Amino acid sequence: MVSKSPELEHPKPAFGWAARDQSGLLSPFKFSRRATTENDVAFKVLYCGICHSDLHMTKNEWGVTQYPIVPGILEQYVSIVNWLLASRPVPLRHVHEIVGIVTEVGSKVEKFKVGDRVGVGCMVGSCHSCDSCHNNLENYCPKMILTYGAKNYDGTITYGGYSDLMVANEHFIVRIPENLSLDVGAPLLCAGITVYSPLRYFGLDKPGMHVGVVGLGGLGHVAVKFAKAMGVKVTVISTSPSKKQEAVENLGADSFLVSSDQDQMQVAMGTLDGIIDTVSAAHPVLPLLALLKSHGKLVLVGAPEKPLELHVFALISGRKIVGGSCIGGMKETQEMIDFAAKHNITADVEVIPMDYVNTAMERMLKGDVRYRFVIDVAKTLNP
Amino acid sequence: MAKSPEEEHPHKAFGWAAKDTSGILSPFHFSRRDNGVEDVTIKILYCGVCHSDLHAVKNEWGFSRYPMVPGHEIVGVVTKTGSNVMKFKVDDRVGVGVMVNSCKSCEYCHQDLENYCPKMIFTYNAQNHDGTKTYGGYSNTIVVDERFVVRIPDGMPGDGCAPLLCAGITVYSPMKYYGMTEPGKHLGIVGLGGLGHVAVKIGKAFGLKVTVISSSSRKEREALDRLGADSFLVSNDPAKMKAAFGTMDYIIDTVSAVHALAPFLSLLKTNGKLVTLGLPEKPLELPIFPLVLGRKLVGGSDVGGMKETQEMLDFCAKHNITADVEVIQMDQINTAMERLAKSDVRYRFVIDVANSLSQSQL
Repeated sequence: MVSKSPELEHPKPAFGWAARDQSGLLSPFKFSRRATTENDVAFKVLYCGICHSDLHMTKNEWGVTQYPIVPGILEQYVSIVNWLLASRPVPLRHVHEIVGIVTEVGSKVEKFKVGDRVGVGCMVGSCHSCDSCHNNLENYCPKMILTYGAKNYDGTITYGGYSDLMVANEHFIVRIPENLSLDVGAPLLCAGITVYSPLRYFGLDKPGMHVGVVGLGGLGHVAVKFAKAMGVKVTVISTSPSKKQEAVENLGADSFLVSSDQDQMQVAMGTLDGIIDTVSAAHPVLPLLALLKSHGKLVLVGAPEKPLELHVFALISGRKIVGGSCIGGMKETQEMIDFAAKHNITADVEVIPMDYVNTAMERMLKGDVRYRFVIDVAKTLNP
Repeated sequence: MAKSPEEEHPHKAFGWAAKDTSGILSPFHFSRRDNGVEDVTIKILYCGVCHSDLHAVKNEWGFSRYPMVPGHEIVGVVTKTGSNVMKFKVDDRVGVGVMVNSCKSCEYCHQDLENYCPKMIFTYNAQNHDGTKTYGGYSNTIVVDERFVVRIPDGMPGDGCAPLLCAGITVYSPMKYYGMTEPGKHLGIVGLGGLGHVAVKIGKAFGLKVTVISSSSRKEREALDRLGADSFLVSNDPAKMKAAFGTMDYIIDTVSAVHALAPFLSLLKTNGKLVTLGLPEKPLELPIFPLVLGRKLVGGSDVGGMKETQEMLDFCAKHNITADVEVIQMDQINTAMERLAKSDVRYRFVIDVANSLSQSQL
């Protein structure tokens, strides 16, 4: 049986930009969205953030990309997931940063109405019956469906937010409060929840605590803002001394530590209750463990592909922990958005037109963005 | 000029010590301090042989000082008490574990976490406040601050209790700290040795389902029939391991050799916790993806504070938990160490100090 073309798969015409091959270059692409079922919400996309992993996926750096691919999602860890879960379909982990205005709601939808300001997190489906789903942890459901590059339950491929229109189940949609602008709110749906969830889960959110943030990029800058809003003292740990002024004066970090400076690192030993490590390149863990007080927690939210060296003695002698975290469940994502709105936390963004996206990807590769590109989809995505 | 071990302190003592990195132990004369106002003097009856003793006598961690009298699983009777001592009296049966002192003034000491005090002093191979070395329990007597002495509950056998002072608290403390005490949850225990076998018993006493994970199947009957584990998983069997992926709430990893963590992380459910207790000489490889994708964590733990050590002993007494021991004579210690290196013991050697040490005196 010949599968239908993307334009004919579903009844609603849609338009976006997709990567066609490993060059990763994106260009206009016609496809289609499903009809709005009774539990669905359809919305006109206004903005979409660009996550670093969109870059990895469009260039097929993990070897799993199915072209054409409409990104708008952060895809990571596929090759390792394949290895870990060889007998199960690969659950691609994605993060999503799509916001817009509701245009249509299904007959059973209760939480949203036309005109509402909404966003889609990293997921568009889950099984609703496993332990994780029952505990509002859809992000850890083994059958979770990522917003792009994944298979819907009907077998069609999901397409992400570099497009004019999204249709998703109401369960996976969050409301964006009025006082949170959509352009600066979009990245919170990925970067925001990725750092908010572990601050809460690992208990690094108590006023007076001292938390380090490693890496000052999309994730790191938002981590500083959330932690400060929680009353936590924040030290940014970075390899670039040039980011110090930015960290302290613009983002409100209490101090800045250059990780390659042995003297600074020595003085800071045993001072941190926790560390949120956003760096996905391989890096040594031992110096970070040394910065922790006893009972401190190192939480990784970036995931290096290769294993890191763990000096077990460093964990044992201070009863320290190394943990990981991956985005957050829908309930917590809404909680995070509401918290951000209440505390005026927004991402620092550079808004770009759709046709700048390839240049943006190149700049992102070099870390040349402060700190997230957001595509002004509504105004610049023209069929 | 530094005094000889025999002359350092006023009271003669005798034990067995390692003199160099060969780790071979032999008779050794030294001395113990006067019994201070907060001290108790203990006549040692039993001392467990902990795997750490083996690492230490061979300088496998690089900070051994010789001559070294190991031993930190000590059971004995009080023979003298200082004037300020409140908790003990002469003839009480007591135990001493891994520490003999701490600063008593830091936040950890104030929270009954002396084991995390930066100035904590180990029972052996460490330095006292007066600069002299600490010597451990492969000896006839020890003088210890009462804070670092625990009572052995009535009715518990001294030899079966000795290993609890290190092995017991080493597994009990993380089980409490990491919340591994919910009845019905599933605990995996990697390695069935001194730590592992006690972890099985304590895990069952907490009402957990317990799976022993071992590299060989020869321990299976033992684990299931005698120790009471619910199931047994051979870690070298890829099919069996795969079938067990994502089934465990927690794992206690007692293995001290270098080994792969990845397969054990796969056994954990989402939000699962792996606690590593063994002290390999080299770093382990830690894959990050499983931690991130499943919000899993790897944590460490280092014995326990004195309050918790007493709590552990009382818990063990209540649940009739003792270590499985092979009692040996002092002069069999070197052979025992060789067998320990091959894991040829079920599951702890305990030196019958009272009945064999003096006979070995030259």
